[in-house]
Amino acid sequence: MTAKTVQTCEPGLKAWLTTDTPRSRGQARMVQFYLGWLSLSRNPLAMIGLAILLALIVISAIAPWISPHDPLQQTLANRLLPPGSPGHLLGTDELGRDILSRLLHGASITLYIVTLVAATAPVLGLVVGTLAGYAGGWIDTVLMRLTDIFLAFPRLVLALAFVAALGPGIENAVLAIAITSWPPYARLARAETLTIRNQDFISAIRLQGASPARIIAGHVVPLCLSSVIVRVTLDMAGIILTAAGLGFLGLGAQPPIPEWGAMISAGRKFLLDQWWVATMPGLAIFVVSLGFNLLGDGLRDILDPRSGQ
Amino acid sequence: MTSLDTTKAGRGTGSLSPLFFKRVLKLVSTIAATFLGLLFVTFVIGRVMPIDPVLAVVGDKASKEVYEAARVAMGLDQPLYVQFGVYIRDVLSGDLGNSLLTSRPVAEDIARVFPATLELATIATIFGVVFGIPMGVVAAVHRGRWPDQVIRVAGLFGYSMPVFWLGLIGLLVFYGILGWVGGPGRLDIFYEDTVPQVTGAILIDSLLAGDLEIFNNALSHIILPASVLGYYSIAYISRMTRSFMLEQLSQEYVTTARVKGLSETRVIWGHALGNVMVPLITVIALSYAQLLEGSVLTETVFAWPGLGFYITNALLSADMAAVLGGTIVVGSVFVGLNLLSDLLYRLVDPRAR
Repeated sequence: MTAKTVQTCEPGLKAWLTTDTPRSRGQARMVQFYLGWLSLSRNPLAMIGLAILLALIVISAIAPWISPHDPLQQTLANRLLPPGSPGHLLGTDELGRDILSRLLHGASITLYIVTLVAATAPVLGLVVGTLAGYAGGWIDTVLMRLTDIFLAFPRLVLALAFVAALGPGIENAVLAIAITSWPPYARLARAETLTIRNQDFISAIRLQGASPARIIAGHVVPLCLSSVIVRVTLDMAGIILTAAGLGFLGLGAQPPIPEWGAMISAGRKFLLDQWWVATMPGLAIFVVSLGFNLLGDGLRDILDPRSGQ
Repeated sequence: MTSLDTTKAGRGTGSLSPLFFKRVLKLVSTIAATFLGLLFVTFVIGRVMPIDPVLAVVGDKASKEVYEAARVAMGLDQPLYVQFGVYIRDVLSGDLGNSLLTSRPVAEDIARVFPATLELATIATIFGVVFGIPMGVVAAVHRGRWPDQVIRVAGLFGYSMPVFWLGLIGLLVFYGILGWVGGPGRLDIFYEDTVPQVTGAILIDSLLAGDLEIFNNALSHIILPASVLGYYSIAYISRMTRSFMLEQLSQEYVTTARVKGLSETRVIWGHALGNVMVPLITVIALSYAQLLEGSVLTETVFAWPGLGFYITNALLSADMAAVLGGTIVVGSVFVGLNLLSDLLYRLVDPRAR
């Protein structure tokens, strides 16, 4: 595949990106990235997933400007209007708030939750995993035993118990999800570290006098990152569903914040007569979660062709 | 070389080698450590909560003396490690504390509601096995062609759907609009408490009592929540079956079987699937454990009086003893199923002995 691309491509940027004799580390990385992108872009499902995620990011950035109404503004005269009512494309909820506006604003809350979890759980996992893998010995045994114990826990129920103890709210929900979802990253990071640890370049750095902390932070962690990022993408759909579940149970974002899970919970009371109140936010959760799943599936196909295809 | 010899000898005589027992011992110690860790986490959660457990019992109008007396009576004046020791002793002797909500022992409450969850998760797992395995096999055989794509997308939908929302939509369509199934709860209200409780699973109890009317009613109530819960299980089991099957179908014995002239049906469903069943045991046990957990949200939607419903009700009224008791039970079942699947795996697969 590579050879063919190189022969047919035009000179310039594309040639630079597809060369099989890169001249610098940066170029080698870009070539790898570009070739990965080429095979990802041949997977229509993954592209749909990517489009959904880009849409989520764009919408959460421009929601205040494209929303037809204020998501918190209550107009009791307009309560429970069906979809297609003038001025309310997706209808209104039990307090007369415009559902479309609330969905658009809810995008940024979902993105906020996703970002917070992505910034905490994998980091914790990376620290534990690289430390265990690099140090070896009893540190490895203790840390991995701890990881296994956490891995065997029921995650949702444990997250529920944590939030119940800490009190409801987005940050506490994120904390609970992060506390229960770091172990797989620790496992992954440890496995990667074990293969990196004994390579010559690490020995070379060690001979130059680099401290273990510097070796781990500067050389081991960056090499673990790509596989951890893929794993995070794959897990993100599950994290969105868990966060929405916590919201649904009243343990996540508190009213009047337009969080999608909490919106479903509110719409539940009117399900049989005003179906749209609960249905619309559920569709939003489904689409975003599907987007992450499609993209994650595509990424896995590229990086681990054995499990997919 | 020696280890290889013992394995061979063990397989030849059909007995279990000492190595097997050593591994089982190691497994049991792992499980014990995990259980201890679970208790530690629930203990910590019980301690970090902002609600003062003493105040919850004596009320905020109690005098200082009463408050102190209650604190001593609850053992909260002891050092933390002593409290943890007492906690472990209590849990091991089946004492999970008293529920604020029902003012009964939590262990008793859980014993009462657990069969409902078990019934739901079992039916859902049956759906997962009955539909998931054939779907996985078909996807593997038609790899890359349209049946594979359809099954793959259906599976991705299952992974992406919030289970509580799917439940609500199911209720709206099949109960509210079409009227095909029973609504929330385990039975229609006028059938409640009419069946003598033997196993706690209404489907079985009603059959034991010979009451088909109640059986049908219970079936119409369980079918929707079990399908919703089972969807995830179908997605998971079919995906794993597919990847195990792909691995088997590329093996040489499959080619040999084909060369021998066996029919394709026999090669796929007899030879390859037979070998896939071993790793699948683990997958099914794991998915069963996940369903027990997933039932928290499903039960809330369907007002299904099981463990999940009990935990969420306790959550909303800050009944921490009940929440933590439920967490311990779900966690123990989780750990237990892990152990069971591991043991089964070792028993069925001679190479793992």
